[in-house]
Amino acid sequence: MEDCLAKKMEITVSEAEKRTGRNAMNMQETYTAYLIETRAVESQNEGQCSPVDSLWRRYSEFELLRNYLLVTYPHIVVPPLPEKRADFVWHKLSADNMDPDFVERRRIGLENFLLRVASHPVLCQDKIFYSFLTQEGGWKEMVNETGFQLKADSRLKALNATFRVKNPDKRFTELKHYSDELQSVISHLLRVRARVADRLYGVYKVHGNYGRVFSEWSAIEKEMGDGLQSAGHHMDVYAASIDDILEEEEHYADQLKEYLFYAEALRAVCRKHELMQYDLEMAAQDLTSKKQQCEELATGTMRTFSLKGMTSKLFGQETPEQREAKIKILEEQIQEGEEQLKSKNLEGRDFVKSAWADIERFKEQKNHDLKEALISYAVMQISMCKKGIQVWTNAKECFSKM
Amino acid sequence: AVGTPKPLPSSGPKSLREMPHPLATSSSEEMGPALTPSPELLLPRSIADKDLSLPNGTPVDTSSPASSSSLLNRLQLDDDLDGETRDLFVTVDDPKKHVCTMETYITYRVTTKTTRAEFDLPEYSVRRRYQDFDWLRNKLEESQPTHLIPPLPEKFVVKGVVDRFSEEFVETRRKALDKFLKRITDHPVLSFNEHFNVFLTAKDLNAYKKQGMALLSKMGESVKYVTGGYKLRSRPLEFAAIGEYLDTFSLKLGTIDRIAQRIIKEQLEYLVELREYGPIYSTWGGLEVELSEPLEGVSACVGNCCTALEELSEDMTEDFLPVLREYILYSESMKNVLKKRDQVQAEYEAKLEAVALKKEDRPKVPTDVEKCQDRVECFNADLKADMERWQNNKRQDFRQLLMGMADKNIQYYEKCLTAWESIIPLLQDKPETK
Repeated sequence: MEDCLAKKMEITVSEAEKRTGRNAMNMQETYTAYLIETRAVESQNEGQCSPVDSLWRRYSEFELLRNYLLVTYPHIVVPPLPEKRADFVWHKLSADNMDPDFVERRRIGLENFLLRVASHPVLCQDKIFYSFLTQEGGWKEMVNETGFQLKADSRLKALNATFRVKNPDKRFTELKHYSDELQSVISHLLRVRARVADRLYGVYKVHGNYGRVFSEWSAIEKEMGDGLQSAGHHMDVYAASIDDILEEEEHYADQLKEYLFYAEALRAVCRKHELMQYDLEMAAQDLTSKKQQCEELATGTMRTFSLKGMTSKLFGQETPEQREAKIKILEEQIQEGEEQLKSKNLEGRDFVKSAWADIERFKEQKNHDLKEALISYAVMQISMCKKGIQVWTNAKECFSKM
Repeated sequence: AVGTPKPLPSSGPKSLREMPHPLATSSSEEMGPALTPSPELLLPRSIADKDLSLPNGTPVDTSSPASSSSLLNRLQLDDDLDGETRDLFVTVDDPKKHVCTMETYITYRVTTKTTRAEFDLPEYSVRRRYQDFDWLRNKLEESQPTHLIPPLPEKFVVKGVVDRFSEEFVETRRKALDKFLKRITDHPVLSFNEHFNVFLTAKDLNAYKKQGMALLSKMGESVKYVTGGYKLRSRPLEFAAIGEYLDTFSLKLGTIDRIAQRIIKEQLEYLVELREYGPIYSTWGGLEVELSEPLEGVSACVGNCCTALEELSEDMTEDFLPVLREYILYSESMKNVLKKRDQVQAEYEAKLEAVALKKEDRPKVPTDVEKCQDRVECFNADLKADMERWQNNKRQDFRQLLMGMADKNIQYYEKCLTAWESIIPLLQDKPETK
């Protein structure tokens, strides 16, 4: 197991704070800043606590960091950021970015992101990442200086490659299908879960009305009064209990969301492969056609129809000198092309190898994490059932005393 | 063992001297030979014996029913019924569908087991339909107007919305009809009613129904013809209190009914979402390899919770709501009895005042005013006794009802708990093949 940053350094996103400032267009804006605290992990150092370093970052800086990582390590499944805007909300949660619950869950999500990167064998060694954690001023300039934006593949180029690539590695094609379906199924799950939460909330809250009416009824009863009154209290407890239950369930939803966004990161790696493969195929195709041209010029035969051939036939042949010159240029180009093709081939194979290694690592991580998430979900459900049994048992006892 | 004849303090049948023979007045054209009932089956034995006494053997008593001795007897009556010396058991079961050319309807078997002298046989088994129960209730209201008659389940059901022949509807109705008869059985006065006896025993109830002259009680006859229009001076405190209590009580029950309905509605909407939710885990499981079993497990678990929830909602609809509604109906009919009582008292007060205004020197109060006073006192006594009984039964009924509601919810959560606990080992399982 490589020695990743996470083992040497404690990283937390400990606080969130509302700030106001001026944006690029000199307009006033409100945003949230997050406090990143880091501390070197001292192994076996009694009593000696290393100092805590801290700096503030806002969400857009996290985004910048991630974009940098995406471009710089296209063969890595880069951990996703928590959602920019609240999505899959059920009625109680607001979709407002300034809402304290949303900010709190985002804080946890950002911390999770940093820990994921810090425990990745490749990503944790990145200098920009390290500076993100430790260097307050000038970090943005540093990132931009890497010129990573220029290296980014255009969306259009990538889309084009996806459609036109002829021979991608089958595993990547399958993986792409898998990530599409994973995205689809998790978003469906999250949407319906939000509706389920909404309905469950309704069921619990209506029971609160029993509390009031039992109390009112108990006022006109002699012997039944006490039992009714105390049972009503338990109904109030029952109605109130749903708030905590659903709050806990949001953590489960967040765990699912992380993997929803991870699916996008998987797709990005597949897209990169397709792009490289397409590039390779185009280069090979170009080389083949140049070789063909060269051959035609050398032998004087025209194997395939070409406009040039036709025009030269119609308007007269070239001089031998002209032909020689052309052949020379082509031969140079062919040589260049062959070298390029060789290196592209190598690049492609390296990419496939390292990407697939990271994908295997990711698969294991995903299986482990999702299993844990399902277990904690089941535990939540068990806890909810036990609370329900408790409340109704208490109510039953009160009724028995009527 | 035949019990000692118990006195009917207030509302026994009229003096048999005053009553014409039932069969004499009914026109023979109406009843064909096949329908001519034999006296033994239709009429209490005492009439056939030309005995001038009440069906249970006691001589007709025209003195004030509220006399202390009869009150004492009534109290003894209650003790006996509460103890182990029950001598009348009635059950409603075995619903059957009858398809005829004109209509389709359901009959229920009414089984009676008794040691009472008023019954010729120790056991009876007859079939009755809802309209027979309805007839019985009307007859009881007519003949025992000073008493609280238990309610019947609702008569009319909106066709198309509720299936009158569905198992659930029929079972709910059967339970309510059973409760209705049991409440009458437990009542020290109503259980001795003529019509009740016939209802339980007659092979052909329709023939009996056709008899024009019903056996009206003295009270029934008199109260029936009490006209309204008399204004009540002052309602005795206890009856005012009962009236106020019933008003608030039925209001609160109405609220509880609405809440319960709302909960069922929300639960069913929750169920709809859960039904979509569970299968998504299964779909996901189809995409995965290592996670396939855990996801399938979660899907199945959610499915089990759906089943449990469905059962809970059904139980609440079938067992909880109907009983609430019965009690609301009960309160309504009780308020009507209270109104009648007011009228009887008002009439007495008016007549008394009229006499006082005449200022004639009379040695005693005229008999019709005396009769009014009797009626008032009788009514008050009956009503008071019935209210006490009703309060007690109400407490037991609601105790049972609400404990039942709590129980059903506990069972629901226990089923869900079992489902979720059982998949924890499945989720934690580490695959052997790696």
